[in-house]
Amino acid sequence: MGFFIETLIGGLMAGMLYSLVALGFVLIFKSSGVFNFAQGAMVLFAALAMARFSEWANRALGGDSLLLANIIAFFGAGLAMLVVAWAVERFVLRKLVNQEGATLLMVTLGITYVLEGIGQTVFGSEIYNIDVGMPKDPVIMFESIFEGGILINKEDFIAALIAALLVGLLTLFFQKTPVGRALRAVADDHQAAQSIGIPLNRIWVIVWLVAGIVALVAGIIWGSKLGVQFSLATVALRALPVVILGGLTSVPGAIVGGLIIGVGEKLSEVYIGPMVGGGIEIWFAYMLALVFLLFRPQGLFGEKIINRV
Amino acid sequence: MKFRALALAAAISAVGLTSATVSTSAYAQAKEQFFPVLVYRTGAYAANGNPWANGYVDYLKLVNAKGGVNGVKISFEECEFGYATDRGVECYERLKGKGATVFQPLSTGVTFALTDKAPVDKIPLVTAGYGRSESQDGSVFAWNFPLLGTYWVGADVAIQHLAKQAGGLDKLKGKKIALVYHDSPFGKEPIPLLQERAKLHGFDLQLLPVAHPGVEQKATWLQIRQSRPDNVLLWGWGVMNSTALKEAQATGYAREKMIGIWWAGAEPDVKDVGAGAKGYNALALQHSAEPNSKVVKDMLELVHAKGQGTGAKEEVGSVLYMRGLISAMVAVEGVRKAQERYGKGKVMTGEQTRWGLENLNLDQKTLDGMGFAGVMRPVQTSCLDHMGASWVRIQTWDGSKWVPGNDWYQADEKLLRGMVLNASRKYAEEKKLTPRTPEQCKQ
Repeated sequence: MGFFIETLIGGLMAGMLYSLVALGFVLIFKSSGVFNFAQGAMVLFAALAMARFSEWANRALGGDSLLLANIIAFFGAGLAMLVVAWAVERFVLRKLVNQEGATLLMVTLGITYVLEGIGQTVFGSEIYNIDVGMPKDPVIMFESIFEGGILINKEDFIAALIAALLVGLLTLFFQKTPVGRALRAVADDHQAAQSIGIPLNRIWVIVWLVAGIVALVAGIIWGSKLGVQFSLATVALRALPVVILGGLTSVPGAIVGGLIIGVGEKLSEVYIGPMVGGGIEIWFAYMLALVFLLFRPQGLFGEKIINRV
Repeated sequence: MKFRALALAAAISAVGLTSATVSTSAYAQAKEQFFPVLVYRTGAYAANGNPWANGYVDYLKLVNAKGGVNGVKISFEECEFGYATDRGVECYERLKGKGATVFQPLSTGVTFALTDKAPVDKIPLVTAGYGRSESQDGSVFAWNFPLLGTYWVGADVAIQHLAKQAGGLDKLKGKKIALVYHDSPFGKEPIPLLQERAKLHGFDLQLLPVAHPGVEQKATWLQIRQSRPDNVLLWGWGVMNSTALKEAQATGYAREKMIGIWWAGAEPDVKDVGAGAKGYNALALQHSAEPNSKVVKDMLELVHAKGQGTGAKEEVGSVLYMRGLISAMVAVEGVRKAQERYGKGKVMTGEQTRWGLENLNLDQKTLDGMGFAGVMRPVQTSCLDHMGASWVRIQTWDGSKWVPGNDWYQADEKLLRGMVLNASRKYAEEKKLTPRTPEQCKQ
């Protein structure tokens, strides 16, 4: 029983981390109708910027204050994401207003490769470290109840709290601020939004910047866990089943989807994996998402689109 | 409009400039021995692929700086394949026609894919420390050279080391050993040997595959926490290794009980984990990090000091840099040996180089003279043994650097030979090949 609970908790916390990446997908889709395949590359780019800026700032400060170096690096990386957002709007999206969703998706595939290439060219392709003081050792609880106790990964726990906080802030941003409402209007219809005076170009820069900041937070957390290297770009693949399941337009959907996928893949790997040779968690997550889609094609929290003809 | 025209002109100039650079620096020229270099400098495994490639290319430059192979200069061309088997095969197809001397794909997946092609194209495949374990049998695998060691050697030495710590092979009975492996041909390669050893000595083998690229291992390490194996063997590459060490730390599994294969025992695997990996052991394919070796000093003096180094100077002598360097060295020595038979100062074909690799005899005196004293032990190949050596050490990460142990191990020849012959004969039957006879080997 103890092991089951431990796996369950591990899955929930992993799920929160997937949600963090999934949020980037949701934000851009919700606000611009673009399925941003480049979200994983944005996580990599942001994490590379954070790691290298922190390293350079720390060296410039004489290695005395890692905290100050990290703060400088955070703002530096945020600025880099602003440049990315501006460049995407200026050189890519501006020309593609009202184009088909498939065209926009293909464009984000292109952005993926450009960001991965530029990121590694500018910041390097080694493994870099982000040290934001996350605890690495586990804590064992309830040893008197369960043999061996229940292991809680402190780093994952803190990461899950940060993800939850970010979700809360984003929900407020979308629901309660004029910019948030403008973003939702743009998502519904580009032309209609323009006709009532919403500046499309500025809105797109804002939304890509917000997604960039989410990518930066995800990059810091994942980078702290795994080291900053190319594979961070692949965490987006872990978030895809989350958005399929949760729905592309729902922030709470990204969270619930993340939790279901996280728990589903860990339990499947531990309890079904040994029966079929193991290594199943990645494709099992997709299978789980597809099963949900059989019953709710729009995802758990996605908007049901009705086209009248 | 002006901007577009300018951008177009710049792009055309850049392409032209790149082509010009490649054509002058890399393509094979007459009287040059051409070495294709399959690399992955980008992608999920770049952090490990880069130092290997730098060591490999730097050694070729060092040979040229010393006058070439009996006067024959070396040319080379890199082909980036991102550790993807299909792209690796594509690189092979593209470069084989340029007079390739040997191919070294640094990928077991690509090795499997090229094993059937190499005999047709008559180009040797050198797979130093990786590839198909049964390809040690040169009577069947005439074109494969898993020089210095195979994964069966690695797995065997790991078990020998654990047995030594436990007080003998008989003390392994009842113990539990988990193999955390990259779910690919590379990761699966040691399984037959470990299963054989488990049967012989009565230990329980737990197999835990990790999907590419290996960034998600939480479930794996929760299983380890539950089953509490006495030891964990780590068969990883790239980010999988550092992730495994971080998960071991996060689940409280002692790093001292872990042994990694030699591809999980380099600086990129532990640097990011730092003190968290302290006590972690890994196999050393003879060498460890060798910053004080003579060959490294030569490299710094004759290549890097002249501004011709491929990577950063600080990287020279690191574990994977040395692996790349040694991989290049054995291939170059194959050419040198071939020249003894087919004519000194001549460019060797793939077929002639194959003979050189099959008759390699690098004794300690030769190695020491080449600057490999303390780095390598003798290598001697034959028709029946395309591996040439099976020396392995254990190195331990002390939190900031790798510390090589003093004990040298060799794989159990009796056990290994039987397994190699069984597997190679099976391969020969499947492919309808007739193993070469001793007489044919002499030709």
